[in-house]
Amino acid sequence: MKSFGGLEALRGVGFAAEAGELLAVIGPNGAGKTTLLSILAGILDADGGEVEVGARAVGWVPQQAALYRRLTVEENLMLFARLEKHEDPAASVAEMLELTGLGERRGEIVARLSGGNQQRINIAIGLLARPGVLLLDEPSVGLDPRQRARLWEFVSGLAGGGTTVIFSTHDIQEAERYGDRMLVLADGEALFDGSAEELREAVRSEAPEAADRDFETAFVAYLHHRGH
Amino acid sequence: MRWLLLKDLQILRRSPLQAALLVLYPVLIAVLVGLAISGGPERPRVALLNEVPDNARVSLSGTKLPSANVQRRICSRVECVHVHSRQEAVAKVESGDVLAALVLPEDLVNKINSLSTLAPGTPKVEVLVNESDPLKAAAVDDRIEALLAQANLALAKRIAVEGGKYLNLVIKGGNLPVLAGAVHVLGLQASARILEAIEPALPRGPLRAALSEVTEFATQASENLDIAGPLINRLAQPIRVEKVAVGGSAPPLETFAVAVAATLTLAFVAVLLVAGSLALEREENAYPRLTRGLVSTEALLGEKILLGVAVGLVVTVLMLAGLQIFVPLEWGRFGLWLAAIVVGGASLAAAGAALGAAAREVRAVSLLAFMVTLPVAFLSLVPSGTVGAGLYDVIKLIAAIFPFKPALEALTAALEAGNGSLGAPLLHLAILGVAYALIARLALRRFARV
Repeated sequence: MKSFGGLEALRGVGFAAEAGELLAVIGPNGAGKTTLLSILAGILDADGGEVEVGARAVGWVPQQAALYRRLTVEENLMLFARLEKHEDPAASVAEMLELTGLGERRGEIVARLSGGNQQRINIAIGLLARPGVLLLDEPSVGLDPRQRARLWEFVSGLAGGGTTVIFSTHDIQEAERYGDRMLVLADGEALFDGSAEELREAVRSEAPEAADRDFETAFVAYLHHRGH
Repeated sequence: MRWLLLKDLQILRRSPLQAALLVLYPVLIAVLVGLAISGGPERPRVALLNEVPDNARVSLSGTKLPSANVQRRICSRVECVHVHSRQEAVAKVESGDVLAALVLPEDLVNKINSLSTLAPGTPKVEVLVNESDPLKAAAVDDRIEALLAQANLALAKRIAVEGGKYLNLVIKGGNLPVLAGAVHVLGLQASARILEAIEPALPRGPLRAALSEVTEFATQASENLDIAGPLINRLAQPIRVEKVAVGGSAPPLETFAVAVAATLTLAFVAVLLVAGSLALEREENAYPRLTRGLVSTEALLGEKILLGVAVGLVVTVLMLAGLQIFVPLEWGRFGLWLAAIVVGGASLAAAGAALGAAAREVRAVSLLAFMVTLPVAFLSLVPSGTVGAGLYDVIKLIAAIFPFKPALEALTAALEAGNGSLGAPLLHLAILGVAYALIARLALRRFARV
């Protein structure tokens, strides 16, 4: 539960995620997605409720790249590896460069990289904590389709390796395509928690008049039927 | 903390233009302020048109007095630019080549001489000023009035001296030079002695009584006029200034100028660098990532203050080394300089952190830092007595709550012995440093999370 002044940003949201699962948190702007991920990341304190994670750390990748644009790719990774107190920061940096496929661009100033590559470094920094759970806040915003595809290939690889990935998006098709499960938020309330197919079923039963339309239109109709 | 410090130095190295501006701008401002304070318009340029004939002298009772050297006196106080015509004087004033022009007209001495006649004239000098700039006009008025007051004083003294000589002649007697020869003047004292000697030779009666009265008058006049001599001299300058320094001794102007220049540099570097660097953490969205377990807010603030102190120390010491060329400094007191720069730098850096915590854009924070530092620095240099008492109290308060003034006091005290205590400003700086660090901590908690 979380309120900002008189505004209730989150209420009664509860869910669990398994190791290696890709959980998409979807909803329109202002639904409470970033607030939820910020609470899970420990950036914000919840007014009520509990967050339980396993023994491994939680990695957090904010929506806007949180890195130093005047440093090189390698310097950024090295700084955060050192701050994470890695025993061999250089080895960790090499591992992340390999993982992100940016080894050849290690010496480049981040500001000169494309938005997609900046986002890959942003995620790599989040991974330096060797997290059991990786939180991605709207990771594909501002990326072109090619960059987006490469990003999701990368993220899917992480999940395949056992990392629980919880990502927020307002793009229903992206959530359907890459998420194993979906948590639908609207106005701070959890409306749905299940697979894409189960969500389609819920849309068909709640908004039958839109069932034959594309999934995004049907989803909007569903939200409307639920009073949002 | 060291990795963050290394990162900030890397970022600074990657921004050579900003780094150069950060260092060069305050150094430039500091040098200009230092020069303005130490090399003020002690000898402003004034055009002088002297139309008085060389042989003209102020005369008293037909006797020409020695020259009072009015022109030399004026030119010892200002840088005289001799011109040969009024037009030339006007052109120089209009072009701004000189602050003003002083015209001594041809009939000046004649008008002065007429003061002792039955038809006195009014001696006048002409001052040409360009009043398009009100500040300049006021400055010229003050300067010229002071110069003319000095010239009048010199003339009055010369007249008093000559008047005293005549008075002495009347009292004690002697030779009065007239044309090519001289007239012997008996004098009151000799007259009284002669009359006293004659008096017993006269028979008692009205004639002897009258002579006795005349003798008495000559004696009294001689004695009383003797007192008038010093009085005439005092009339030329009835009030004499006796300056007594109370409330501490002022540091030499050169030392103070060096302290001002160094403190300005330290203030700009520490405040701007720390404010900008802290804002950059938020502008780059790195602040929440750093403070969610990697670095505590206190450690981050400590690192920023350390950055401000380190860079401020290097720049300030380099600047002092550069100023050594112009002003000899006591390098034996380097330890005290270090204490003043480090504590002052830390306090200023903490103020920078408080400013940097208030906004997330580096540009906005830099502007804010300029808007705060520059006026506060200049307000801190306003001397008491130059503004109204109420306004000065407000200025004192502002100067006391920003670390510039105590840093200036600390550096002034550290640079040279006898410039006041170092302990009090250091304590003041320490208190302000802690207060600003707390404000920065609160501001970050309030504004910087997400």
